[in-house]
Amino acid sequence: MELILVNVIDGLVTGLLLFMLSAGLTLIFSMMGVLNFAHASFYMLGAYFAYQISLALGFWVGLLIAPLIVGVMGAGVERYGLRRVHQYGHVPELIFTFGLALLIEELVQFVWGKNQMAYDIPDILNFTAFSIAGNSIPAYKIFMIFISVGIFMGLLYVLTKTRVGMIIQAALSYPRTVEALGHNVPLIFMGVFGVGTALAGVAGVIAGPVLGTFPGMAFVLGSIVFVTIVIGGLGSLWGALVASLLIGWITTFAKSYNIAMSDILNGIGIATPENLSDNMFRDLWTVTSPQIADILPYILMVLILIFRPAGLFGKRES
Amino acid sequence: MSDQLTTDPSKPAQRMRAGSMTLTLGPWIVAAIALMVMPYIFTSNSALTIMNQMWITVVFALAYNMLLGQGGMLSFGHAVYMGLGGFFCMHLMNYIEDFGLAFPLPLLPLFGGLFGMGFAMIIGSFSTSGAGTRFAMISLGVGELIAACSVIIVAFFGGEEGISGDRTYGLPFFGVEFLKQIEVYYLISFWLMLSAVLMYLFSRTPVGRMANAVRDNPERAQFLGYSARWVRFYSFCASGFFCGIAGGLFAISYEILTEENLNATSSGVILLVTFLGGVGFFFGPIIGAIAFTLLQTVLSLQTELWAIYVGALFLATVMFFPGGLAGLMMMHVPALRLGKASGLVMPYIKTLIPGAIGVLGVCALIEMTFHFRHAAKGDHEMTLFWTTFDSHTVMPWLIAGIIAAVGLGVARATAPAMKEAWDEANTAGGAS
Repeated sequence: MELILVNVIDGLVTGLLLFMLSAGLTLIFSMMGVLNFAHASFYMLGAYFAYQISLALGFWVGLLIAPLIVGVMGAGVERYGLRRVHQYGHVPELIFTFGLALLIEELVQFVWGKNQMAYDIPDILNFTAFSIAGNSIPAYKIFMIFISVGIFMGLLYVLTKTRVGMIIQAALSYPRTVEALGHNVPLIFMGVFGVGTALAGVAGVIAGPVLGTFPGMAFVLGSIVFVTIVIGGLGSLWGALVASLLIGWITTFAKSYNIAMSDILNGIGIATPENLSDNMFRDLWTVTSPQIADILPYILMVLILIFRPAGLFGKRES
Repeated sequence: MSDQLTTDPSKPAQRMRAGSMTLTLGPWIVAAIALMVMPYIFTSNSALTIMNQMWITVVFALAYNMLLGQGGMLSFGHAVYMGLGGFFCMHLMNYIEDFGLAFPLPLLPLFGGLFGMGFAMIIGSFSTSGAGTRFAMISLGVGELIAACSVIIVAFFGGEEGISGDRTYGLPFFGVEFLKQIEVYYLISFWLMLSAVLMYLFSRTPVGRMANAVRDNPERAQFLGYSARWVRFYSFCASGFFCGIAGGLFAISYEILTEENLNATSSGVILLVTFLGGVGFFFGPIIGAIAFTLLQTVLSLQTELWAIYVGALFLATVMFFPGGLAGLMMMHVPALRLGKASGLVMPYIKTLIPGAIGVLGVCALIEMTFHFRHAAKGDHEMTLFWTTFDSHTVMPWLIAGIIAAVGLGVARATAPAMKEAWDEANTAGGAS
């Protein structure tokens, strides 16, 4: 029971972290109709910038400034890159962001090298918040949860309750009408892109110390973020939240409970073959859940795409 | 949808005329002769290896373009089909060796192709029901799944060290044992020609033409009575088949396959290659594969930073020349037809050569920065463009900076003249 609680917290942290990335990505998608492959690269840039700033001014200044820089860069990418490619159609846009992701990874290696950076949890948060049956929960995890929930609340408030949010929502669905009413729609798009990438930057700043700040960090998380918003339904903020938490918990639980395939097969009445080493399906028999934890989201996504193409909360057919 | 109804010469479908099944023999004969003669021009062993790699990439890129260029389907996991075909060929090779069967090696890629097609049929049965984002995401998911499986399912994929074999098993094929690199080269060239011709013919069949139609306007194609889904499915299977052939050739050439042949990086590379070459033309991927392999092998010998340059080149291509290298070449066809191409030569020289020199200057600055930051302590000497200098003094930085500024400045200053010459060359009639 205690272990379940610990895993619930761990999964929540992973899920909320994923959500910070997928929230921005899904906003950008509903706006431009294009999946931004470079989204996770902005997350990586956030971590690296924060590391560089924290060397000089400390963690908290980094938490404030790094996302701002990332947001401005994101807005610049939209203004000078994507807007230009937009005229050629969706596929070149997708390919553009893909190329951007490659280039950012190379540039990060160029500037900071290939090794992991010594970006650490700030001392003030480096203690044990509480412990559950001997499993200590670090305060930093609680801090991560609070930051993510706070951002989600703020985003929800801005999008649904303020005038700016109303205009954004309107611009997402009827850009031409909103433009006719006198709003600068390209500016709104640029702003949303900037805010989305800044959110990814925040995620990078707070995840860097825990998950490690290294050039591969965008690659590790990148495709999982797409999987998340595809499962949740493209363009749906609630879907992104549910899917993020779902993936966070599934992977955490699969990793901590060692369920072997052979147990499941025995359980449904298939006996283990006698000479396993010669059997064609020997790998199937020896598979355990921690082994496949990282590919479970992909399996889930392919299944969702087959049986419910719009995703869990998606409205329209993509 | 309204924008798709207008005629746009930059769209490949409207540029390519519907043709018959006949081949224009000229280019193919030239290509075949070039393939035969190449080993006599570049005789060294490393050149043969590079060419082998190049032709395999050409087959793969052409197969990929059957989807991306001709079918409008963007796949992020296409290395899977090539990799699986390769793995299957490798197992077949080992199996034949173990049991001493009479089986000529040149037929092996065919079985790789069939396996690739079989797998494409399974995946295509559900992935091709939509194009665009949905197809791209399924391909990404399947790609990641298979790449992850390659570490888990050791029996087929051989785990982390992959599986290897020996192509010189069993019976020689008309006296050829495929011991030498040159014999493998001709085997690969044969399959390259065969697959290229077949893929070209496929693009001329009704299915191939319908693939174009479905790419441009699936709704309209469906109103004409064609199922967009089945048309996509056929393209997908055909593409899987040729990817499998490329995989078989890879197995024969390298005699080892690992997880690297399946993973997302390989899938990304082939997208890069194809787009760089140009998706709008049949020969685009060929140019892309040749250019990329050369860049990769030659540039990576010169500098550690080659991936940055390739990435920047790729981004520049997407932003400024979405038609790729092939598109860039074909842009000049109207000028040639009008007989005004000669007027372009001088402006090109005036703009592009200073531009290229300026870019080289920027590259020099990048290299020096990299050396300055990452070289071992005390190692101040670096060699760039056949000159050795101390990267910690001001002089080289100044020179490189000036070269870059002057080169790019001149290019910028002469660019309007080039634009004018370009407009002039593309205008019919006398002086406008």
